[in-house]
This record gives sequence, structure tokens and C-alpha cells, in this order.
Amino acid sequence: MTISTPVPSRGLTEEQAAARQKIYDMPLDELNPGDPGSFETQEMWWKFERLREQDPVHFTSEEYSDHGNYWSLTKWEDIVAADTDHDTFSATAGIALPDQRAMARAVASANFNSRAVTADATAVEDAPRGPAPAITSLLSMDPPDHDIHRGAVADGVSPSTLRELEPIIRERAGAILDGLPIGEQFDWVDLVSKELTAMTLATLFDYPQEKRRQLTWWSDVVTMIPGPDQPVKSFEEKDEIMAEFRDTLVSLFQDRVSKEPKGDFISLLAHSPHAGEFTLGELIGDGIVLLVGGNDTTRNTITGSVYALNKWPEQFDKLRENPALIPSMVSETVRWQTPLTHMMRVATKDVELGGKTIHEGDRVVLWFVSGNRDDAKVENPNEYIIDRRNPRQHLSFGFGIHRCLGNRLAELQLRIIWEEMLKRFPEITVVGEPVFSYSNFVKGYESMQVIIPRRN
Amino acid sequence: MVDVTFGFHDGTERTVEAEVGWKLMEVAVNESIPGIYGDCGGEAQCATCHVHVRPDWRAATGERTPAEEAMLKAAYDVKDCSRLACQIIVSEELNGLSVEVVDN
Repeated sequence: MTISTPVPSRGLTEEQAAARQKIYDMPLDELNPGDPGSFETQEMWWKFERLREQDPVHFTSEEYSDHGNYWSLTKWEDIVAADTDHDTFSATAGIALPDQRAMARAVASANFNSRAVTADATAVEDAPRGPAPAITSLLSMDPPDHDIHRGAVADGVSPSTLRELEPIIRERAGAILDGLPIGEQFDWVDLVSKELTAMTLATLFDYPQEKRRQLTWWSDVVTMIPGPDQPVKSFEEKDEIMAEFRDTLVSLFQDRVSKEPKGDFISLLAHSPHAGEFTLGELIGDGIVLLVGGNDTTRNTITGSVYALNKWPEQFDKLRENPALIPSMVSETVRWQTPLTHMMRVATKDVELGGKTIHEGDRVVLWFVSGNRDDAKVENPNEYIIDRRNPRQHLSFGFGIHRCLGNRLAELQLRIIWEEMLKRFPEITVVGEPVFSYSNFVKGYESMQVIIPRRN
Repeated sequence: MVDVTFGFHDGTERTVEAEVGWKLMEVAVNESIPGIYGDCGGEAQCATCHVHVRPDWRAATGERTPAEEAMLKAAYDVKDCSRLACQIIVSEELNGLSVEVVDN
């Protein structure tokens, strides 16, 4: 059953009310917020609503989950407390709540632990064969390693880099928008959201523009749960595609290390003063995370902005009347969309939170998607209000040392595309409902049909 | 409540009321002062609240913490008067504080 839309506080359809009731009637300990299916059907809203009220720090046993035992933090306050205490809540257990089947396939990482860059810093070794272990990257490291890796790549999105990128992004946005069909239905995700994001990613990695969709595809596969209804049918197939991705990344590193340092992420990593200490697994992992970080997140927020403005047409009117509200609308969309639903941590010691005792070694999920709808912190959180008082007040980028590195770039892309859209199109109308992604991590849109009736 | 003033690159300024005990960064974010983001939530982990303290307020705001030094190493347009606004706590003594927002 598909619930058609994340429900504002305006009133539910009969179907939605029934789904909500079912969640409230369940025994509390059976509530499994990590179930990817509930994100596809949009039922997760009811789970989080109930948990925030009745069991904000909630334990899900492996008996009720495909993800093993895990804790869920559902309120803003607890999420921020955990996110800013990286000593107690370590990132090293992995970025996101993994499917058990994926966990079972992860092999010992020995063959990815060799030093990647040769001593004379002129070459990077080839990737070994076989399935890879769980990704090791800056996002799943604690200090001091984390700080070294993050320091190596931060310049890739420095203020001056962004200033240089702005006109390039604007030109591309204009070209994409000018190429859109008028008066004819099309998939916004494919023609706009994916396109602009892919172009930016290719630039950040200095990857050939004409092959940019490869980057998008590989990125998507990283977070995809294989299945008969999915673009990737099996874990075997996923492994093969990931191997191709890894080999490409390694060849990029090999290319950059042999040349003069440049400003793209790969070159920054390859030429980092610490590159001699990085393992191949870490180099690959950093590359993957930086790519994935800017892939579906920005894409889904672009789509989300069009969707939300259609669901709240008075907000769209407000925006058209006052384009100075674009930056504020962008922040509100990032909050409302929450493109990554959570990040995961592991407790390094026993800790009390929300009246519960989390034990050392327990995995703890920080549900940004729930915290962003916590009315203890955000007023009317389920309403999309583009000029709310503190639109930047949201959890979508995280907090603390792992705070999203690309957040300013995401906001830049969103601002530019909207500036260009408002110049060109008086209306962009969503047709029907989008297809929501099957994932407990990526909160997104597989496709969304729209019509642009006419140009300005 | 005390008054604090944020100056900008273009010469304009904005004076806002600030609660004693708040971090200066929090005041700025709450008032949507452009250029101050507080990405890391005030933990001296991101340098997106970088300000230049005006000369007559240097003494009252005191010296940088070691954490600030570390973050400012990788920041832009760092001067002697550079501070992270998340490490400046609003107090009665800072009534009238004036800082310039660094173009982040």
C-alpha cells in the first residue's frame, strides 16, 4: 500500500489514518523505524511521531529488524547530544544502518589495508580482486584519523572554489532548463535533478562530463538495497558494479598522483601530505563518500523543493512574489526533505540518554528525519514554511566534526537552479505523486512527473 | 540582554540584542546574520563562525582557545583579531561588542 504523501498536519485520508492507527496499535517494542519499506510507503512518519512521544530513545531488537539490534534517537536534543559527543558515540561502526545480508557479505579487510600511495608518491597500487569490506572513509573515522582526511579534502569545496563554480553551475542550470519540454510531461528527476547534480560531481572529481551519469549510477548503487524490483537485482550484481567503480576510482588516483596537484577531490587526496599513510581502502572509501555525499542528497532536495512547493501552493506564490526568499526556501527544503534520514554511531562506553542505558558496543541511530520534525525544537515542523524564522535550524547536515562538508555547495546549487527557474517558468506543476525511494537511509524520489505549461 | 553589532564587508552593520550566557555564534545564527553558520553547533570544529573582533573589544573578549587556533589554521582571512564566535560567550561586560563577519 502506498501512502501518497508525507502528511502535513492538515488532515489524513482514510487510508493514511488507518496506516497511522496500525502503527499506534502495535506493541511498542515491535516498532522498527529502520525498515526500508516504511520509507517507501511514507509510514515512517507515524513511527517517529509515536516514538518521539512515547519512547524517544528506543531499542529495536534483532527479533523485529533486518538490521540487528539498534537504538533509535528520535528527538532533536538527543540527536545533537550524540552527534556532538564523538568520544562516546564513535563513527567507526559504519555510516548507516546496514541490512544484515550486506553485513554478512562483508569480508575481512586485510587485502585493502596496504598503503595506497608508493613511498615516492608517484603511484597508487591497483585494487585487489574480490568483494570489498565495508567502506572506510572520513565519515566513519574518529579523530585523529578523521581530522587528517577531512583536512585533506576540505579545500575541494572552499569558499573560493565555490565562487569559481558559481558561474559554471549557473550556465549549466540555464542550459538544462532551456532544454526542457514545454507543455509536455517529463520526469523532473531524470532531466533536471540528476543532470545538474551529475555535472557538478564530475567537475568536483575532474571526471569527463560526457561520462557523468556513470558517477551518478555508481553512487546510487553504493546505497542501493538489491532486489527484484530494484535496478540492481542481487548482491552479486552489486559487488560487480562496485568493483568497476573501485577500479575507476583507483585509476583516477593513479592518474592524479602522477601529475601536478590540482583542486579536485582526487588530486587533493592523492597529494595530501599524509597520503603516504592512507590505505587503499581509505582512499577508495573517501572517494566513494565524497561522491555519494553530493549525489542523491542534492538531487533529492532539488526534486523535493518542486514537490513541496506544489503541495503548499501558497508557499510557491510567496516565492514567486519575492525571489529574495530563495535562500530561506532552500534551507527549509533541506530540513523538510532531510535527504539522508540518519547517521549511525556506536557507543564506546555505557551511557545514559533519555532515561535509558545504552551499552558499550551498542549501535545508535541518529534519526535526523525525526529530529527535523520534533515540535520541541521546530514550530509546526510538518508544515513547509519557506520564510520561517530560523530556516537554517535543522539536522539534515548533522552537527559536530562530521557536519556535511558539501553543505554550502548543495545550497549553492539549489539557489542557482531556483534563480534560473524563476526567471524562466511561471509554473512547474507536479503530475500525480512521485515514486519514493526504497531505503532507510536515502530519502528520495526515484521519479517525479511534471509539466511546465509555458515560459515567461 | 546586551547589544552586539555585526559588521559586514560592504560597510553595513546590524545591531542585535543578545542574551547573556549565549555563544556569540548562537546569537548570530538566531538572528540569521549572513556569513555566520555555526555548522558544527558551536564546538570549534568548523570555523564557519569566524569573526574579526574590533580593536576596542580585543581586551574584553580575551584570547583564543587552543581549539580555535587549530581551526583558524585552515581558515581564510585570518588576522590577529580573528576569533570563532562560538568561543565568545555573551556577558554584561560585552555590552556594545562589535565584530566584523569574515567573508566565509
